[in-house]
Amino acid sequence: MLPKPWLEPHPHGLYVKPADLWIDPSRPVERAAVTHGHADHARSGHTSVFATPETLAIMAMRYGVDVAARENRAFAYGDGFERGGVRFSFHPAGHVLGSAQILMEYAGERIVVTGDYKRRADPTCARFEVVPCDIFITEATFGLPVFRHPPTHDEIAKLIAAVRAEPDRSVLVGAYALGKAQRVIAELRGAGWSAPVFIHGALERMCALYAEHGVDLGPLRLVSEAEKDEMAGQIVLAPPSALNDRWSRRLPNPVTAMASGWMRVRQRARQRMVELPLVISDHADWDELTATIEEVNPKESWITHGSEDGLLRWCELHQRKARALHLVGRDMEEEA
Amino acid sequence: MKAFAALIDRLIYTRSRNSKLALIVDYLRHTPDPDRGWALAALTEALDFPAVKAGTVRALLATRVDEELFRLSRHFVGDTAETAALLWPEKPLPFRGGVGVGAAGLEQGGGPPPAAAKERNSQVSPPSPEGKGGLSVSDAVAALSATTRSDAPAVLTGLLDRLDADGRYALLKMALGGMRVGVSARLAKQAFAQAFDVGIDDVEELWHAIPPPYEALFAWGEGRAARPDLANLAFFRPFMLAHPLEGESIDLADYAAEWKWDGIRVQIAHGGGETRIYSRGGEEISAAFPELVAAFDQDAVIDGELLVRGEVQGGEAASFNALQQRLGRKTVTKKMLADFPAFVRVYDLLAVDGEDLRGLPWTGRRRQLEAFVPRLAASHFDLSPLIEVADFAELAVLRAGARDAAIEGVMLKRRDAPYVAGRRAGLWYKWKRDPLTADCVMMYAQRGNGRRASFYSDYTFGCWSEAGELLPVGKAYSGFTDDELKWLDKFVRTNTVDRFGPVREVEKTLVLEVAFDSIHASKRHKSGLAMRFPRISRIRRDKPAEEADRIATLQAMVT
Repeated sequence: MLPKPWLEPHPHGLYVKPADLWIDPSRPVERAAVTHGHADHARSGHTSVFATPETLAIMAMRYGVDVAARENRAFAYGDGFERGGVRFSFHPAGHVLGSAQILMEYAGERIVVTGDYKRRADPTCARFEVVPCDIFITEATFGLPVFRHPPTHDEIAKLIAAVRAEPDRSVLVGAYALGKAQRVIAELRGAGWSAPVFIHGALERMCALYAEHGVDLGPLRLVSEAEKDEMAGQIVLAPPSALNDRWSRRLPNPVTAMASGWMRVRQRARQRMVELPLVISDHADWDELTATIEEVNPKESWITHGSEDGLLRWCELHQRKARALHLVGRDMEEEA
Repeated sequence: MKAFAALIDRLIYTRSRNSKLALIVDYLRHTPDPDRGWALAALTEALDFPAVKAGTVRALLATRVDEELFRLSRHFVGDTAETAALLWPEKPLPFRGGVGVGAAGLEQGGGPPPAAAKERNSQVSPPSPEGKGGLSVSDAVAALSATTRSDAPAVLTGLLDRLDADGRYALLKMALGGMRVGVSARLAKQAFAQAFDVGIDDVEELWHAIPPPYEALFAWGEGRAARPDLANLAFFRPFMLAHPLEGESIDLADYAAEWKWDGIRVQIAHGGGETRIYSRGGEEISAAFPELVAAFDQDAVIDGELLVRGEVQGGEAASFNALQQRLGRKTVTKKMLADFPAFVRVYDLLAVDGEDLRGLPWTGRRRQLEAFVPRLAASHFDLSPLIEVADFAELAVLRAGARDAAIEGVMLKRRDAPYVAGRRAGLWYKWKRDPLTADCVMMYAQRGNGRRASFYSDYTFGCWSEAGELLPVGKAYSGFTDDELKWLDKFVRTNTVDRFGPVREVEKTLVLEVAFDSIHASKRHKSGLAMRFPRISRIRRDKPAEEADRIATLQAMVT
């Protein structure tokens, strides 16, 4: 199978030739369309960036307005632009705030790049929409049938039960700073947890950005401004890197939790010294990945970053045309 | 099964011993018989289902899941039971309202489970304590026990179909063994004692005499029945243990002195026509030492040190290193029996000819012991001799001079003391040989567990080779104070030169004085050396790394 002459997969991103534009390039380019704000998709240093307003806001916050692209263009879901005969449009991916699938239409052909996506409900972002296409370029972070995320409310209930079970301790949840942290907080609110949630300083600005975009996270407090005793019987959120770090010594005998799809596998959780694994992911699980391919029903599926082999094998078993794209610099370990 | 699956899951992720204990206590108190007994047996690896093996599970999965997807998944997960538990096809979870998700892609060659299995299962499931339709631990044990090799796939299918992923994991771990939740038999017994507020010594004693699911034990624990009668059983008696001697001067008129041999402490019990060997934790190790079981033909219970006869020592006891070849085996080959012949040096006599001697003073037991040992085969049993010295000072000299590889130190036993379980103040003392020490250089550090998870508390250290290269000689994670730990942690963080996953390599500048009980030749390490019980005795900030000890110096200490 040859790649499309107008869309070239390169190790550092997808190049749309007629438009002279890259999608999620991992190094600085002249023109980049970006699916969402995670660092492995949204790099700094592009001259101009095409993305949703939320993704641009996230990039501006992370890289600083001057560091981020000089000529940015924002598109709401459903909107888009045309360049070099290619029509680009943005559609919800359900991954994090502002995350989008990018649809490209050229010479009668439709190609969708999902970026990262999930199918289940998330109070912090718009839900994934099925966009019919000829070529479906899908992620495969959890492209093995062992990955089945349980219902999110069950995991949140587990977290709340753990806090209530030991009122002298805090529960420290490792959650990626963009997306996962805000989703966990929003899901907690949905489950009736109204107490302040204590956060690591590294989460502060992103939570504020979500709030500015209308995501109600309720009362938040900084760990650095709290007394140790106040955090007993409370939920604390921090980036995964802080879990076993010296930083956690300021918490009252914390129970270490982690919110990630990888927590499905016991040894993965143990390796990270996690006591309370919470299988909460912003990526599609196996059932979602396979069902989505069936629903979109493309002529071809191109599979990127993750367990390409597993999803490729599934396509083979179901007589679906598929190929693996090997993109570099996609680091799912932390944010999945 | 739900409660048991939840218990296993919590135990896997819980690192602290006390928290593990609390979890088991809670489970034992709130779970009915016989489920809790079977669960306890599963946790302590006391169950065996010969008809169900890992191969059975793999073959079964191959009828349900594409083999390539299973292989890829197994590779990622790293454990057959867990892979199978996660992969077992079940209805996909709906992720959007209304419409089902459709194919999950796992039905390759699948189809509904054979009707026979379903029927069979409904027969083996009496009303379960887990609520309607739930599968209890007892149901699972009953089904697995009744299984033959030919119907194992059907039986497993029936069971797996009734469980969720966590339940399937618990079931498969129970069926295949290898629970690996960090629960020793000792911890399980302590949990039992704590759950029902009974003496750990009693639990130790009764545990081995009552088979799973231990209903008589629970009945006694809950005060519903009298203590079970153990007459004529080869049950385990909890060991009497010693305190370390720390500066006290001992009057040898009150205490008898005896060598402390460097093997493993064992108890051999004979009763009801059976002989059993127990290790210090009360675990039965008879299978590893069949020659001793065969040779012990007297109605008695002895306490002694299991040693291996080393050829180099002219038939005398060899070092602990040689004994290690025989430990932890479920079966032994003829060659092992010939190369590392085991024998027991007998310390004490706890019962003989149906009479319990534990209440007698040591002098009384010793007299009977000396009369008893000749009844045993001299090839496999000898008497631990007393050390005849005039006074304590002479004993100290003798101890300092003892360089026999099989001697760990000296034991001092109060002459008028009965044989009592555990460590009682003033009755027995162990007086180990002074540790050896070496100045080593810290090379790598790793984070600790539990309370120490945020500290770099496990250190690998090395000594200099002839070629001027630093070679690792050991690893230690104890011996320092909390303040020293903080200092060491900071040293590691500020002197890191490389990272390998959880391990940090440090600048080779810090000298640690390491104490250890003995040092042996080892093929496992590049330095060719392995230390026994290494611990950090001092941080030598004053000493330059170049002046740390050389490998050759350590080689001279090898026993």
